Amino acid sequence: MAMPSPEAARPSPPRDPILVVDHLSMRFGGLIAVNDVSFHAARGEVTAVIGPNGAGKTTVFNCITGFYKPTTGRLALFHGAAPSAARLDAVTAAGLSWGRTGTGALYLLERLADHKVASWARVARTFQNIRLFSGMTVLENLLVAQHMSLTSSGLLSPAALLNLPSWKRQQQAAVDKALYWLHKIGLVARSDDPAGDLPYGDQRRLEIARAMCTSPVLLCLDEPAAGLNPRESAALNELLLSIRHEHQTSILLIEHDMSVVMEISDHVVVLEYGCKIADGTPEEVRNDPRVIASYLGVEEDETAVVAAEVGA
Amino acid sequence: MSTSDVDLPVPGTVVPPAPAPIPPPPSGPAASPSVLGEAVKDAVVSGILTGLLLLPLVGFRATEAGSGPLILTTRFGLVAVLAGLVAVLRLTLHLTLWRPGRTAKVSAAPSPLARLAQKAGPALKPAFFSFALAYPFLSILLAGGLSESRYWVDLGIYILTYVMLGWGLNIVVGLAGLLDLGYVAFYAVGAYTFALLSTSVPVGDFVNGHLGEGFWTAWSFWICLPLSGLLAAFWGVILGFPVLRLRGDYLAIVTLAFGEIIRLVLINWVSLTNGGAGISSIPPISFFGMPFTSSETGFAATFGLDFDSMHRIIFLYFVILGLAALTALVTIRLRKMPVGRAWEALREDEIACRSLGINTTLTKLTAFATGAMFGGFAGAFFAVRVRFVSPESFTFMESAVILAIVVLGGMGSQMGVAAAAILLIGGMEMLRNLSFLKADFLFGPDFDPSLYRMLIFGFAMVAVMVWRPRGLVSSRMPTIFLKERKAVSAALVKEGHG
Repeated sequence: MAMPSPEAARPSPPRDPILVVDHLSMRFGGLIAVNDVSFHAARGEVTAVIGPNGAGKTTVFNCITGFYKPTTGRLALFHGAAPSAARLDAVTAAGLSWGRTGTGALYLLERLADHKVASWARVARTFQNIRLFSGMTVLENLLVAQHMSLTSSGLLSPAALLNLPSWKRQQQAAVDKALYWLHKIGLVARSDDPAGDLPYGDQRRLEIARAMCTSPVLLCLDEPAAGLNPRESAALNELLLSIRHEHQTSILLIEHDMSVVMEISDHVVVLEYGCKIADGTPEEVRNDPRVIASYLGVEEDETAVVAAEVGA
Repeated sequence: MSTSDVDLPVPGTVVPPAPAPIPPPPSGPAASPSVLGEAVKDAVVSGILTGLLLLPLVGFRATEAGSGPLILTTRFGLVAVLAGLVAVLRLTLHLTLWRPGRTAKVSAAPSPLARLAQKAGPALKPAFFSFALAYPFLSILLAGGLSESRYWVDLGIYILTYVMLGWGLNIVVGLAGLLDLGYVAFYAVGAYTFALLSTSVPVGDFVNGHLGEGFWTAWSFWICLPLSGLLAAFWGVILGFPVLRLRGDYLAIVTLAFGEIIRLVLINWVSLTNGGAGISSIPPISFFGMPFTSSETGFAATFGLDFDSMHRIIFLYFVILGLAALTALVTIRLRKMPVGRAWEALREDEIACRSLGINTTLTKLTAFATGAMFGGFAGAFFAVRVRFVSPESFTFMESAVILAIVVLGGMGSQMGVAAAAILLIGGMEMLRNLSFLKADFLFGPDFDPSLYRMLIFGFAMVAVMVWRPRGLVSSRMPTIFLKERKAVSAALVKEGHG
């Protein structure tokens, strides 16, 4: 496996981070899918993770969202201002999965079950291959996403069972929120249609709206522009930027479509063969010789190294 | 024909000529002039194969002549008739339905049945419920007397028990998409809970000591009914925990084993359950404390009626109707609550559920517990109706029938499940009454139609599943809508993976 590059070893200066990934590694048997990757995502910004196919991007996502338990590494998520390093280390050493901080809380995502990453730490995600509830209507999809807020008074609350006014108000608020997002993605007219009947681009946007209905602090999007035409891509950019500006939701994004990445990201992390090879603003990354090499091919003297890695 | 999802045209309907027939692919063998030749060839081959197959099975028959040796008789004529039937049938099919190049009717408009269902839809549920309410009185009227109607009211009770069980299992299988082959275990838990508590001497003495003599006999069902439901729900959770990681076939097998374990425990724990001999002399149901006896304080005397043992049966009918209605209403309500939506979301996509913060463990357990609770209610009812329980009543066959009702009805659909229960249970019962088949010109007096019950039942199941692969009511009704409630087609609704 490749040695960690100098960029990866250099500690990134945290500018109010919301997510700090420390030395994340993920092994599947003998395969090292992610090798000692460290980066951070800043609050209120769009962080893109890019890289060639098989670079380990989705594995990083699955670790962050709790679907995989990383082999090693720490994934810290902050609600409110980032705590001091000492506080973070104290929570880590105490074996806790979360702790209070001065202005909020910190969560160690690698120690939380997947549904708690979503419900406690409020990290929402979408999937590379769309995972909508295809047999349920568009509106129902958005209501399922509000499960946590609707069940705050218990899974079988008597108010809901007897359809009391307090429950009706709660339900109406959930429908209103769903409607807000339907307006936002332009699907109000199709609210009563099954989600599986929507065209592909609409399904992508609906999945983002569904994730947003969980009121996340961090939204992880796995290739949201895959399969979209240029017009749909532009609409997606607009949607993501509006989420970023209006909803105090930070975005972490995997994307191959460079027009999306370069236009909306504030910060780009580049992975190759499980290692981080670059980390910086879109401009810096675009001019990074290693990134150019990985995307456009490599110089002759490096071919042997790459071939060895691919073969391994 | 492997295109089970394409609407097969019903024989007899006129297929309009396709305006622009799609030319068959050039490599296909279709459109050759020898359609008839091919069909005849196939018919002859299948006829010969059938003949060969049936020769040892049907052609030879060993009969015992008195106490003497076996006598071999041959029935080659019958074999020939059957083989000929198969050949003719295949020939007809090849020339009609299976004819190459024949375009299957793909209509955008819903089938006549679907249109009819749409029109009658809003009135269907009230009509069904009104009929269920009036059923005992109708059967008294039509049978011409209180005691003459006994068979029909009993049949109604029997069917409603299965409607309720189907609705209970529907929560687990239809809504949450968890294939449960051991549902009868919860039915058994409910039945034995009531049977053991109501016949227990210490419990009876304790309750009677505090609340007066005869109290336990009079009230035991009404007190044990909620307990049976709770205990069954508890066992639902017990079953749920170990199987949460399992999906699909594996889940089905473990639930099947669970059903058998409960039955074997009931058989072998003789000191508690009296083993295979069962528990008898369970106290009968009371009209909320008023016994159905001819005594002064009995139901008939209190209401100024002439005593008749049918009063109890009719009351039982209304009890099971009430329990079934409760099951239906609670399910309808739950579907509109977050937990019900989470069940359906779980059936659609478990991973997406987890990404939205839904605790899938808890959601599955609530589905198991809720379904089991209604199974427990039905079990307590079974025990008070029959007044005798034994492990024989809770075999795998029961689970299979209940699951068949849910699958045949259309997973998730309450009307479908009710219709399937009436069709299956009522139909199987009707098959007992085919005494006209014993007429001399048909099968003769030696023929026992009830022996062929399961065969006909099996054929009917196969036929319905070919005709409607996703059950009688295959579409799903959304739980909430903004402008218009549109049914979701079965093609989009997932069946769940366990």
